[in-house]
Amino acid sequence: MSTIVIDPITRIEGHLKIETVVEDGVVKDAHSTGSLFRGLELILRGRDPRDAQVITQRICGVCPQPHAVACARNLDSAFGIAGKIPDNARIIRNLIQGAHIVQDHVLHFYHLAALDYVDIAGVADYAGGDAVLTSVREFIERGQLGPFMPRYEGDYRLPAHVSQQACAHYIDALEIRRIGSEMVGILSGKIPHSVGVVPGGVTCAPTIDMVTSFLWKLKRLQQFVNDVYIPDVFAVAAAYPDYFEIGAGCRNYLSYGAYDLEGQADVVQRNMLFKPGVTSQDMVLAPLDVSRIAENVKHSWYEDPPAPLHPSQGETRPQFAKQDAYSWVKAPRYDGLVYEVGPLARVAVNYASGDQTVRTLVDSALKRLNLPSSALFSVMGRHLARAISAKLLADALEGWLFELKPGEPTYVEYEIPEEATGFGLTEASRGALGHWVEIRGKKIYNYQCVVPTTWNASPRDDAGNPGPIEQAITGTRIKDRDNPFEIVRIVRSFDPCLACAIH
Amino acid sequence: MVKEVPVIWLQTSTCTGCSVSLLDSASPNIKNILIDQIIPGTHISLRFHATLMAGSGEQVLQVMEDTMTKERGGYVLIVEGAIPTSSAGVFGFIGERDGHPFSMQERLLELASNSMAVLSVGTCASFGGIPAAQPNPTDCRPVKSVLDSAGIVKPLINIPGCPPHPDWVVNTIAGIVLKGLPRADELDDNLRPLAFYGKLIHETCPRRASFDEGKFAKKPGDEGCLYELGCKGPITYADCPTRRWNNGTNWVIGAGAPCNGCTQPEFPDLTSPFYDKLPETLFRTPVLIQR
Repeated sequence: MSTIVIDPITRIEGHLKIETVVEDGVVKDAHSTGSLFRGLELILRGRDPRDAQVITQRICGVCPQPHAVACARNLDSAFGIAGKIPDNARIIRNLIQGAHIVQDHVLHFYHLAALDYVDIAGVADYAGGDAVLTSVREFIERGQLGPFMPRYEGDYRLPAHVSQQACAHYIDALEIRRIGSEMVGILSGKIPHSVGVVPGGVTCAPTIDMVTSFLWKLKRLQQFVNDVYIPDVFAVAAAYPDYFEIGAGCRNYLSYGAYDLEGQADVVQRNMLFKPGVTSQDMVLAPLDVSRIAENVKHSWYEDPPAPLHPSQGETRPQFAKQDAYSWVKAPRYDGLVYEVGPLARVAVNYASGDQTVRTLVDSALKRLNLPSSALFSVMGRHLARAISAKLLADALEGWLFELKPGEPTYVEYEIPEEATGFGLTEASRGALGHWVEIRGKKIYNYQCVVPTTWNASPRDDAGNPGPIEQAITGTRIKDRDNPFEIVRIVRSFDPCLACAIH
Repeated sequence: MVKEVPVIWLQTSTCTGCSVSLLDSASPNIKNILIDQIIPGTHISLRFHATLMAGSGEQVLQVMEDTMTKERGGYVLIVEGAIPTSSAGVFGFIGERDGHPFSMQERLLELASNSMAVLSVGTCASFGGIPAAQPNPTDCRPVKSVLDSAGIVKPLINIPGCPPHPDWVVNTIAGIVLKGLPRADELDDNLRPLAFYGKLIHETCPRRASFDEGKFAKKPGDEGCLYELGCKGPITYADCPTRRWNNGTNWVIGAGAPCNGCTQPEFPDLTSPFYDKLPETLFRTPVLIQR
């Protein structure tokens, strides 16, 4: 028996350590430790509720936009205007969040995950005429290979020409994700930490030149997703078929749903692009009941309440050096069970709800790879689901854009109530995102966030059940303990964001 | 022979927004910065950046430590994030040393004392920013304050903003590469390069005429000056109105939202409530706070 400790896990957002116990080459146990606490929930207390729009985005600079949307929905709900947000504002919020998330998925596949599969050193042999690849070859020849070396060695399987092409796409993707940021900028001022989404609606008035500029940037994104990103996911999937067999983990999936497709007054009944619900590997849909969520902290560095708390009653009382605790991440559970959130959960929930577009995309992908449907619940299944999620969004954005009505309202006025409670749910890039607020004396009395990676990177819960990433690693055979590719590939397939998880 | 300028990018109490903003750099783009010769004959050798680097765990900390010892006095340390100093650094640690968690504060002191110069990128590293906001749960402090307390004297430049515009970061580095560290008269009292932070937002704002004529927006989306909606442009030094963001597509006030003062040492406690009118007493007389 021995241990493998990886600290820091790089190419994720934030500070994460993974510690495993390995016996006969197989992971017997895994612990996931988030190692930065900032206390944004404590900082929010006593402030003007509207200021949460600025402060909660600072939970994460990689995925600030979903926080802006979750916060605005939270405050809309607390201010009693959730059913009154003008259609223009609903659509602009969708466009801003959608553009942001398409670029975020591209960022994840190319800039966070790909270097686990693609051999950038192979560009040293490039003899073609492409200027970008030639410049990479010259970079390699100069001999200072930071930040691309050192790395784990021994399992880069793509053929040389495919690998070289993927390196070129890594660089193309840098520009594509920048264009995605420009789309957010058009409608929301700037990004990271945009300003356009506020309680009551949005701050900008849509104009024709915004629509056309957004449209032609969108077409670049759409083309890249369809012609480059998805084919590259298939190329990696074909070379690493064993990664459809590992990393499943808890096999329960939860999605809050996102992107209201209609403006009817009852927010809960609205049709959405991504459906709300819970499911498992059997793909049977159950309705989402948010009252069943509770955060466990027995193994987290916080004071223990008498029982796990629903986020509307949530507490954040840091207590380092607590017996049995090993992470700043709390452990949210649904119905007391461990649930994974993220693109795979979104795709599974839409599939289970009978969404024909998703069923066709998933079934045809698995058929093309000659895989059973159970293969979706795996490392490579997460990459595939993320690409499908990006395609669904990229394809939907154009239609939404032309639903905008320049000149029509984008904002509804409100009074900050003396006392109120609210909650706002959405789907961030990395999964189910919820904000809860309690207002007293027109100020924030309590603000709690349960963020996607809070679910996925959670430590053990009060009952001792390991979190989704911990479960996904456990049982995995490690081929080479000096180059534990399996562990980092499993962890990165969740696209962890630790600043989010702990906040 | 191409000159290599080694850089270590340390992330502390941060949201990674400063790094993502740098990824959005348009000209030069991030590929030009990392792979090409940023200025003919000079390449920025990014040795350590946890969000981008290929390796993991012990092997990448080894790179950080090798750079520190083998290039002593020759590398630029970029810090993104405030430094949590409460309770011996238990709120933030990176890797281990001798079997114990190694705090961000200890890493900073070690890396800074062996560096050529320190760039505090973003408002958290420069002034404390969001994690240092009241009640400052982890006693976060700016980089300079932590170095001063430890008696470490290094050339230090603050490049605040939540996040900073990528041009501010890239061109500060380009300036160092082209002509060396900035002179004292090229920085303001907060150690910000005057080239980017020399004027108030209010001085160059395209809605300034509305302010002068007393035409004020009453709600988001209205035309007119955003002063009554809480704009902090009158106390905020940055060139956002002329530089604009995300490859020049737009900027905060261009999207109809008030400036929240994010490049200031006063952000966020004294520039909030963000959507309330700036008190007359603060108008044009920024109150500098010390941490």
